[in-house]
Amino acid sequence: MKSPTLHSYNRAEKFAFPHLFTLLFLIAFIDSWRRAEVSPLLFFDAERRTSLWKFIAGMFPPDLSADFLGLMFRPAMETIQISVMGTLIAIIIGFPLGMLGTRTFSVSGILNEADTLGSPMRRLGGYFVYSCARGILSLFRSIPEFVWAFMFVRAVGLGPFSGVLAIGVAYGGMLGKVYSEIFEGVNERSLEAIQSTGANRLQIFFYGWLPQVLPNFISYTLYRWECSVRASAVLGLVGAGGLGQQIEISMRMFNFHEILTILGILFIMVATVDYVSAKVRALL
Amino acid sequence: MNESPSETKIKVIPWLAHEERGRDALVSYGLLVGLMALFIWSYRGSEIRLTELFSREGAAQILAYITDLFPPDFSANVLREAVRGSFETFAISFMGTLMAAMIAFALVFFASRNLIYSGLLYEMEAKQGWSRALRMIPYFLAKGLLNFLRTVPEMLWALIFVFIVGLGPFAGVLALGVHTGGVLGKLFGEVLEDVDPQPIESLQATGANKLQILFYGIVPQVLPQFISYTLYRWEVNIRVAAVLGFVGAGGLGQRIYIAISLFLENQLLTFLIFIYVLVTVADYLSAYLRRRVI
Repeated sequence: MKSPTLHSYNRAEKFAFPHLFTLLFLIAFIDSWRRAEVSPLLFFDAERRTSLWKFIAGMFPPDLSADFLGLMFRPAMETIQISVMGTLIAIIIGFPLGMLGTRTFSVSGILNEADTLGSPMRRLGGYFVYSCARGILSLFRSIPEFVWAFMFVRAVGLGPFSGVLAIGVAYGGMLGKVYSEIFEGVNERSLEAIQSTGANRLQIFFYGWLPQVLPNFISYTLYRWECSVRASAVLGLVGAGGLGQQIEISMRMFNFHEILTILGILFIMVATVDYVSAKVRALL
Repeated sequence: MNESPSETKIKVIPWLAHEERGRDALVSYGLLVGLMALFIWSYRGSEIRLTELFSREGAAQILAYITDLFPPDFSANVLREAVRGSFETFAISFMGTLMAAMIAFALVFFASRNLIYSGLLYEMEAKQGWSRALRMIPYFLAKGLLNFLRTVPEMLWALIFVFIVGLGPFAGVLALGVHTGGVLGKLFGEVLEDVDPQPIESLQATGANKLQILFYGIVPQVLPQFISYTLYRWEVNIRVAAVLGFVGAGGLGQRIYIAISLFLENQLLTFLIFIYVLVTVADYLSAYLRRRVI
């Protein structure tokens, strides 16, 4: 049922797209080159070469003294603690908002059929709740966790708690969005089957809905936890606890051999967390 | 052995089910206990003060901060700074992602097992141990380099490059390019390992050499996926580029850092609105382009 005009329009678009894209790409490239002050020749300049060399030479040998490693133990653990608590808060924020931000949960679908069929007001109310939840989630995840962290440092003070809140809010937005996508993908037939046995809404939710989505939920949440370990390791740069604070101190003092040690610790931590999370996922 | 398979199955199931259930329960209790311990340990370590947060003063403090944000400052010079910062952020993410794609593309062919030392391409010469060992050297070098680039977080790369090339957006470009290069290298590598061997085999049958196989059999297969992954990382990078300024690497982050430090909350809200718009537009653009590519 393709109308001829639509067809020709598509062909015109298909023809124009590569040219238009190349043109835009070139403009963006030239403009970005200028704006980002890209200057590869900088690396051939003597002064830059010395500072590059100073950095690389300064990293070796890494500082493996018991003193420094002992000093690093607490921030390293703090980083993991921030990520765990941050992810927990993210779940607490993301789960309810993700649920409300699901069309089949708040607006239409089996849970609302009985109410919304005859009443447009009720449907409008549902749609309002749905849009609000979506809006909040997109606000939470569009602002980077670094900005959240700095704002929380200002609001609740220095320390790991700001990091927890920052990860909780930013990751809450991401989790909520993905949770609602998982929710939308629920198989409606099994819900209908449960409904036909006379189950009420709560029963449909707990016996039909939740079991379908739980494995995906857990697996995605674990993935986000892995990411949050990486994030919380650098949030300390703005004073939100963890290893980042030490990274900033070492960089400021030009103690590059400490940086290499911290990188080693970070590598071990991230690898351990990835391993644990993969093991847990395999158990599911 | 004259039992039919279905009969054996029926005999086995109750025993198996029992065993599995016992193991499952144990595993889930273990997981639960471990999880609770992890939460308690983390709760104590991260100095959470929820009571303070939800107390009257805590809530009042946060509410005061939020009310301070309004109204956003739309005066001409703030808007000019915001627009300039947004363009700079876009430029950093664009150049950084481009650089990352080049790094990843240059390294990934060395870092994928099936191209460099085993598999279809080397069927004919697999027996010679020493040449195989020789080919493994670039493999491990490339793989190690990609891993290293990926492990160091963007913000730390930014700190390092600010030290080397000085303050400004170029340090941000390098930081994004190097870190994302490692990430894309891993993603590209996964695409390469799933490459369909049939076109390669038929090229081989025509007598094509390895370079020809690479350019006519492998690259055309993987290129759309490469582009799609690059676009996806660009989406991520625009968010990162917006905060690289916190350590002096240009973009909106620099303006935000100043606004938060000097308690210029109204300006802060303006910049936040610009980040929101920038990120949303980038998401739509990237989704649109990805649809066109695949």
